[in-house]
Amino acid sequence: MHNALTRDPIDVAALLPLVGDPEDGAVLLFVGVVRNHNDGQSVNGMRYDAYVEMAERVLGDICREAAVRLGTDRLAVVHRIGELGVGDASVAVAVSSPHRAEAYDASRYIIEEIKTRLPVWKQEHYEEGGGRWLEGHVPQTGELA
Amino acid sequence: MKVRLLLFALYKDLAGLEEVEIDVPVGATGSNVVEVLRARGGGLARLPERPVIAVNREYAALDTELFDGDEVALLPPVAGG
Repeated sequence: MHNALTRDPIDVAALLPLVGDPEDGAVLLFVGVVRNHNDGQSVNGMRYDAYVEMAERVLGDICREAAVRLGTDRLAVVHRIGELGVGDASVAVAVSSPHRAEAYDASRYIIEEIKTRLPVWKQEHYEEGGGRWLEGHVPQTGELA
Repeated sequence: MKVRLLLFALYKDLAGLEEVEIDVPVGATGSNVVEVLRARGGGLARLPERPVIAVNREYAALDTELFDGDEVALLPPVAGG
């Protein structure tokens, strides 16, 4: 199991050797990238901010939960922070398992949990100038407290 | 007692600061800390009354009791991925 936050560009291919096993028939790689539009506006970049110390811990929690679904601990997740351009990978998730169903399920679980509870924020930069922090999800703190 | 407050993203921009140490009475809760901060006025008054908070890097309810040296973070709705 590997998980990290990084300020450096994500080497997507480098995640694949971190997963996989002779008993695995499915290796799945998901890459989230910065797109050039959102809500009808042209986007030319994105800034990711994070509460790094907490995000590292939460990402570890998410990965451990995903490993239970996956049935293996063969997963690798990297989330980038800092200034990104269009087409840059913001997050990459690699998982492997004997069969594809568990791989798809665990991969989806990881990215959805990242979006709902990882303490990370993004600010879009627009082609016509300016930018704004994107509205996000409110983590369910009551239950977690 | 003293607690260390951290602000992120939109809240950091609103407040114009990302970290501050504040004095609160023994027994203070997360809500009390938010009140003290908002009462300072200016950009801080624009912070929400009931933000999501984390205490010592764990999500926590606003009525969580704080202790000397705690790290309290005010977290806007998250948007990773």
